[in-house]
Amino acid sequence: MAPKTVQLEIKRQASPDAPAVWEKFELEWRPGMNVISAMMEIATNPVTADGQATTPITYDSNCLEEICGSCAMRINGKARMACSSLVENLEQPIRIEPLSKFPLVRDLQVDRSVLFENLMRVKAWVPVDGTYDLGSGPRVFPQEQEANYPLSNCISCTCCMEVCPQFNEDTGFVGAATIAQVKLFNNHPTGKVFKEDRLRALAGDGGVQECGFAQNCVEVCPKQIPLTNAISDVSRDVTIQKVKDFLRG
Amino acid sequence: MAAPKIIVVGGGLAGLAAVIKIAEAGGTVDLFSIVPVKRSHSVCAQGGINAAKNLKGEGDTTDKHFDDTIYGGDFLANQTPVKAMCEAAPGIIDLLDRMGVPFNRTPEGLLDFRRFGGTLYNRTAFAGATTGQQLLYALDEQVRRHESTGHVNKYEGWEFLSAVLDSKGVARGITALNLRTMELRSFAADAIIIATGGIGAIFGKSTNSVVCTGSAQSAIFQQGAYYANGEFIQVHPTAIPGEDKLRLMSESARGEGGRVWVPRTVGDKRPFKQIPESDRFYFLEEWYPKYGNLVPRDIATRAIHKVVYEHHLGIDGQPMVYLDLTHIDRATLNRKLEGILEIYEKFVGDDPRDVPMKIFPGMHYTMGGLWVDFNQMTNIPGIFAAGECEYQYHGANRLGANSLVSCIFGGFRSGPNAMAYARSLPAAEGDGGHAAELARQAEINNNLMTNDGTENPFKLWRELGETMSKHATVVRYNKGLKQADEKIVELQERFKQVNLSDKSQWANTSFAFARQLGNMLELSRVVVGGALLRDESRGAHYKPDFPERNDEQFLKTTKASYTGSADGPRFEYEAVDIQFIKPRPRRYDATK
Repeated sequence: MAPKTVQLEIKRQASPDAPAVWEKFELEWRPGMNVISAMMEIATNPVTADGQATTPITYDSNCLEEICGSCAMRINGKARMACSSLVENLEQPIRIEPLSKFPLVRDLQVDRSVLFENLMRVKAWVPVDGTYDLGSGPRVFPQEQEANYPLSNCISCTCCMEVCPQFNEDTGFVGAATIAQVKLFNNHPTGKVFKEDRLRALAGDGGVQECGFAQNCVEVCPKQIPLTNAISDVSRDVTIQKVKDFLRG
Repeated sequence: MAAPKIIVVGGGLAGLAAVIKIAEAGGTVDLFSIVPVKRSHSVCAQGGINAAKNLKGEGDTTDKHFDDTIYGGDFLANQTPVKAMCEAAPGIIDLLDRMGVPFNRTPEGLLDFRRFGGTLYNRTAFAGATTGQQLLYALDEQVRRHESTGHVNKYEGWEFLSAVLDSKGVARGITALNLRTMELRSFAADAIIIATGGIGAIFGKSTNSVVCTGSAQSAIFQQGAYYANGEFIQVHPTAIPGEDKLRLMSESARGEGGRVWVPRTVGDKRPFKQIPESDRFYFLEEWYPKYGNLVPRDIATRAIHKVVYEHHLGIDGQPMVYLDLTHIDRATLNRKLEGILEIYEKFVGDDPRDVPMKIFPGMHYTMGGLWVDFNQMTNIPGIFAAGECEYQYHGANRLGANSLVSCIFGGFRSGPNAMAYARSLPAAEGDGGHAAELARQAEINNNLMTNDGTENPFKLWRELGETMSKHATVVRYNKGLKQADEKIVELQERFKQVNLSDKSQWANTSFAFARQLGNMLELSRVVVGGALLRDESRGAHYKPDFPERNDEQFLKTTKASYTGSADGPRFEYEAVDIQFIKPRPRRYDATK
């Protein structure tokens, strides 16, 4: 029996200004293969399916356990993590492209620093007095922990932003991930001291009002974070904040 | 006088902890990281963080934590810093709690604790089974806060290449490579803190992340730093074998009641459900009745090896054993372990709530590392180290859930110590060595880029990993270690013939990898050489030809130094600080 093979088509682009080309690869199939191991295999033998020498593929990756959020890309048209994309569950040829909503660096690598900038804008932290010993933290009941923990699982992969029709240069929308973090920190007994600042940061252009309720975010999230609930809750709080600010003059 | 300028290399728990302390003390920090710091390897830690808070009415104390850690590490760790860490741990948990880490809670709203290996107490605080992720995020958020006030400048996407040393051998900064533009630059600092994690990549496949190559430690080692206890490598008993890596299956699975077993009879092909209790061999529980499935990792790993390779009881004849959670109700599993169960489900395809997991040991943690003094400073003045990249807290074997506390504690110490050092540092003469170091690095880069040999660096790496995993992990023989060293020397020769298929000056990952590989090869010789010379068995270092611990000869820290010669590193030994707990035999099959 001829060995099973894996067919890949990968969109290559040497730099942001270079033209994009598709390269085809054919690899020997091995059980348990994922998209990352296929690309590691290409690095050891960078030759295309038609025998042309090429270069190893540039892509972001780190933990390979779907917890660091690095290896998001479009695989067969769907934004997802390459590490948890098992070859045997994918239709072949497997078509791999970079995320399309972020500045391209090279091949499958894009610049997603906008998310970290957004997190700074909404003060996504708990303002502790200092790191010296001040005794235990506030009491938190298990029910509250169980509500907040899923929000805290966001791996910053930006898949939710990639699939959002509203996430584009015209709207400047911050995207679901940041809004969910606003909910998380506004829920925290100490973090809520910045609640009004965070809500105001999401009140104007590019804020929570840009959401068009397409619900793509919640479907694509690899961590099943209740993103649409978070958007609804924060949206309500932003409206209340706007009214308060209006009345205060 | 201007506030000291500190460079921190690495943005995992240790690096971020150091950054926070420096920013809080009014210093400014340049923080270098290959990946955005929120994607650092600390994110992979699963089970929890140890602190003797004694919230379960068991009479736990920091002294017991200290004793468990020293005993678990087979008495190789210096006791003064370990004692200080265990005493600081409860305060660290409180701080993380205040920072908003969503730790699991008791019904009364207090921190919940679970059991982990190598202790009989519920001492491990946890946030589901993604504790490292939650801790890293908490520190990342605090660092972002300090970034917003201008105390921290992040250089994400820059890789550390070397320290800049002045004519007196004092650190004056670093050189680094921009992984996007490929720009080589030097950065000035009054002190630097290395916090670059473990060295899993030299074993090819491990539970470590892609960036855990040990390249930075190796570069510093080649510049004159001691590397201590390199031969002590932790192989985690429960990993999921994979094509690209070995995925960790947390010890917390056993902490919550998971049981390890194999069918009692060789060749028993029945599906697990048809195998009655009487035909199941719960070998850890039988061999270690007191600790059961929660013996320390080195013990559990060797037991699994024994069952598979000596008793030939691996499942379906394969090197795998069952880790079984199916007797625990789904709601409890979801509340306490969901993160790791999802990993298994996604990567293997079976639901571990219904089907026992199939696991096997995998390289996991680097106990050894850069030698540091009790102030976290290496022997190179001005270079500090914290976290997994240094050697100080775990001796010959690390206990589960002690890594997170050691990273944060080490980071918290190194930051203020680096500040104090920097405040009394006299100004550099001339340019402090920057031009010379830049020139040295430029030459290395140029040679690599223009080399027209025939070797592919990724293939060399694969061979290195196979050799290291075969000869320098669970069971070690001097003959095999010698073979491994010869193989590394061969790979070093072939490395000189590396030809990069990518010679571009933009986001060239092959180039960055080849530089790491050169450093990995140097560090591999430290691991293998240290193991070869240590003719005893202690903690994770096990030689069947020398099965006993030999305190008279080897209750000593191994210190390797770089020679630059083909003979490899030079090794010397240093006495261990044992002033608090007298070494005693380490036997988990009996009460300690």
